[in-house]
Amino acid sequence: MAVDDIWILGIHMTKFGKHPDKDVVDLAAEAAMGALRDGGVTMADVEVLAAGNLLGGGGVGQQLQKQIGQTGIPVYNVANACATGATALRTAIMSVKAGESQVGLAVGVEKLAGAGLLGGGGKAKSDGHTWEPRGRYGAVGPVDGRIGTETMPGTFAQVGMEYGHKYGGASFELFARISEKNHAHSTLNPLAAYTKKMSLDEIMNDVMIAYPNTRPMCSANCDGAAAAVVVSGEKLATLSAEQRARAVKVSASVLTTDPWQEACQVLPDVNTLTRAAADQAYEQSGVGPEDLDLVELHDCFATAELVHYDNLMLCPEGGAVDFFESGAPWRDGAKPVNVSGGLQSKGHPISATGIANIWEVCHHLRGEAGDRQIEGAKVGLAHVIGLGSACGVHILEKAAA
Amino acid sequence: MAAQIPFVDYLVLDDEPHLVARECTSCGARFFDRRNACASCFGTEFTPVPIPTEGEVRAFTIVSMAAPGIPVPFVAAVVDCGGTSVRANLIDVPPDPEHVTLGMKVRLATYSMGTDDNGTEAVGFGFRPQN
Repeated sequence: MAVDDIWILGIHMTKFGKHPDKDVVDLAAEAAMGALRDGGVTMADVEVLAAGNLLGGGGVGQQLQKQIGQTGIPVYNVANACATGATALRTAIMSVKAGESQVGLAVGVEKLAGAGLLGGGGKAKSDGHTWEPRGRYGAVGPVDGRIGTETMPGTFAQVGMEYGHKYGGASFELFARISEKNHAHSTLNPLAAYTKKMSLDEIMNDVMIAYPNTRPMCSANCDGAAAAVVVSGEKLATLSAEQRARAVKVSASVLTTDPWQEACQVLPDVNTLTRAAADQAYEQSGVGPEDLDLVELHDCFATAELVHYDNLMLCPEGGAVDFFESGAPWRDGAKPVNVSGGLQSKGHPISATGIANIWEVCHHLRGEAGDRQIEGAKVGLAHVIGLGSACGVHILEKAAA
Repeated sequence: MAAQIPFVDYLVLDDEPHLVARECTSCGARFFDRRNACASCFGTEFTPVPIPTEGEVRAFTIVSMAAPGIPVPFVAAVVDCGGTSVRANLIDVPPDPEHVTLGMKVRLATYSMGTDDNGTEAVGFGFRPQN
């Protein structure tokens, strides 16, 4: 192992779901202490902490330290929409890569159960009623709902519909079948928020949120946390044989934002920055999409999963529908996608997601995934996208020995 | 006639209501919001350009769950107006996938959003089917 390689030494995720008796810090502590234990290290070894959280009010890193160990190390509190977890991990990785630390801890945590519809709304009208232009559009009222939609289900519905318009073959039923796959996968994941298999009929006839996304085709708001310990190759070489054998190599760690494109400020362009991140990740790692044994991608909505088959180059350009129709992304297919159940059933506690998907991949690469193990998995990719936008892609490889 | 105010400042209310974009004088990138600089080339000079009032639906969704006060279901869409993408609701069309289709030809239309305490009427816009 090269001294400047980056390795995941320990990683942990809490059960996703409702945790009414635990606050944000409890969940973060459970994930962080689990990751430290998994890696065989303690807070005394950790030289940098990156903590991701969006809705907890700020400063979760220091609150966490006060519960699990105050050692005076630098803390970076990060927020990057749904890519917050990946951003926390990447922050710890950058510190280790820069040589400022040898051991880093990244945590992502969110309490989101019962949060309802995200992204819409705007300021309520005041009592005294005069039309008064405000904001960057000089609007006399909230634009959401009056000039298109800013809700997440509606935004990502349009992303999928746009793909269907461009390449053809996408239908309500196709999107629902993608969701059927992920709900089927979730039955094998005891940490998923929802583990119920759903029939195509049940999915299509459930409550419509934003056509073509019905409720089970939307990511599940829930509570959860995930954490990872990263170390340099130099540090790993000093650790035990068991620690080295379970360590997972981070072959690529990439974060992008969207370069300006016509329309990207009208409907968010989640494609260009994902493709750019994937390109860079494949280049960094020397791994190609054909080498991947499993992929955890950001299926925040069924309509989003389709476009990311293409953006991550799991299929030829324009070929996402054919890719799905071939059966490839099912767990027994040629390119298993979201064997965890994905965000639609595992759940999406926003800031935890970008580390939880890496936990899933690591679990398979270590051969520890139990009933849902993808046999012989050696290489995996984890992808998240936060609207606005930020995209994180990590490529992970099993330890050589 | 009572005073009118457009719902957003890029809607121009004249004999033929239309949208106007802020176009970067260096690279031609178009924006609908107040700008500090161009997101594409970083230029700081913009000129107003009228946007064609006819276009084609490039993406849509039928929103059934929205913020309180927003009537549902409604159709949110991205309309390609001669190469400039515009976000808007589709109006005067039943909000179901039988009547709303990708590639549908649409035309800008305005409607009253009510009057305020001073009697000023806010005028919104959407796109309606051409046929």
